[in-house]
Amino acid sequence: MTPSYYLLLSALLFAIGAVGVLVRRNAIVVFMCIELMLNAVNLTLVTFSRINGDLNGQIMAFFVMVVAAAEVVVGLAIIMSIFKTRRSASVDDANLLKY
Amino acid sequence: MSVLLAAAALLQPPPQAPPVDVIGTGETVAFWVLGPLAIAGGLGMIFSRNAVHSALWLVLSMSCLGLLYFVQQAPFLGVVQIIVYTGAIMMLFLFVLMMVGRDSSDSVVEVLRAQRLLGAVLGIGFAGLVAATVARALADVPARGLSSINDAPGGNVARIGQELFSTYLFPFELTSALLIVAAIGAMVLAYAEGRRAARRTQRDLVVARFRGEHDRPSPLPGPGVFATANSVATPALLPDGSVAPESISKLLQPRDRSSLEEDEAAVAGELPGPDPHALIPPAPSQPPGEAPGQPPGQPPGEAPGQPAPNVASGAPDATDAASGAAVEHEAEVSR
Repeated sequence: MTPSYYLLLSALLFAIGAVGVLVRRNAIVVFMCIELMLNAVNLTLVTFSRINGDLNGQIMAFFVMVVAAAEVVVGLAIIMSIFKTRRSASVDDANLLKY
Repeated sequence: MSVLLAAAALLQPPPQAPPVDVIGTGETVAFWVLGPLAIAGGLGMIFSRNAVHSALWLVLSMSCLGLLYFVQQAPFLGVVQIIVYTGAIMMLFLFVLMMVGRDSSDSVVEVLRAQRLLGAVLGIGFAGLVAATVARALADVPARGLSSINDAPGGNVARIGQELFSTYLFPFELTSALLIVAAIGAMVLAYAEGRRAARRTQRDLVVARFRGEHDRPSPLPGPGVFATANSVATPALLPDGSVAPESISKLLQPRDRSSLEEDEAAVAGELPGPDPHALIPPAPSQPPGEAPGQPPGQPPGEAPGQPAPNVASGAPDATDAASGAAVEHEAEVSR
């Protein structure tokens, strides 16, 4: 077993998250799929950090976590405000910019 | 997990010029347990129809990834993953799910034709491409490992702190600005006050009433208050003497005149009413030298409820004051 197994695992997780973003309609579940993709990228960074033998990859993963936390806060606030006006959390209903 | 880490540490070679990280049996077992669990969490998140179940599957996947960080010589990131992701972010997701509505599940109707099929095909193709690239490019790359850094005094956390506050100082400060902006943005976006309609003032209500938004411009008349009755069932009288029917609440049925005869007779004194003097104590008729608790002439063994023999003569026993008063009052009435 080599560390590239971790890279394969994270590629699978990233693909699962991408399929979830394409398929699911609930905006909150779409957000969760994005979180799963970020986690897969974090696993890749940690594995590269181990392969290279220095800590830069781990610090990069740390920054990804910080940015993900901020993104989740703002995104969930946007979903809440959309839900307040349209009474729905489905991404199909938020089509005001369509026409 | 510490057992696995110890096993991995035992199996590592002694430090030499190019240190090579050999993956031991313990780490292999951990990978083959945690990796399929993480993938199962991701698949469960996609395929469960309830959003709360999706969140819980994602918690499983993230916890497995945190344990994999531990295995991969990143203990700080493992702890941060478990605390921040599965602790804070997923709880935030669950809070928003509860506020938005737990039962807001996905619709089964496909708006775009064959969207799910195309999404699945594209996802599988993407995964195959990335996996093939990774496998071809990095199949035989030896890992240098982080054991020399993690075994130094202070370990992983101290080295990450050093790097953060020296090399990555400016990005680190930028993340603080980002967090503040995110917090303010969330407060602005989720702020609910001030969007409600303004309260109608009393003047607005009066104007609306005279414009005919209500049945009548004035409030309803109250019930009548007369010398003989102040019941809410008594109608008010208009200036010409007629009865104002709006003054009686619709909840009270109009009472028939004959149902009030008994009350009128009671007021006029034609019925034997209750005795108004029943509870007045007969203080003036008591003999002066007698104690209120027990009379001296009475033997102590006598029962207190027994009527004394001097009741009929107008001097009642103090232990039986109420019945004595009633008897005396009856004597007064008969006079």
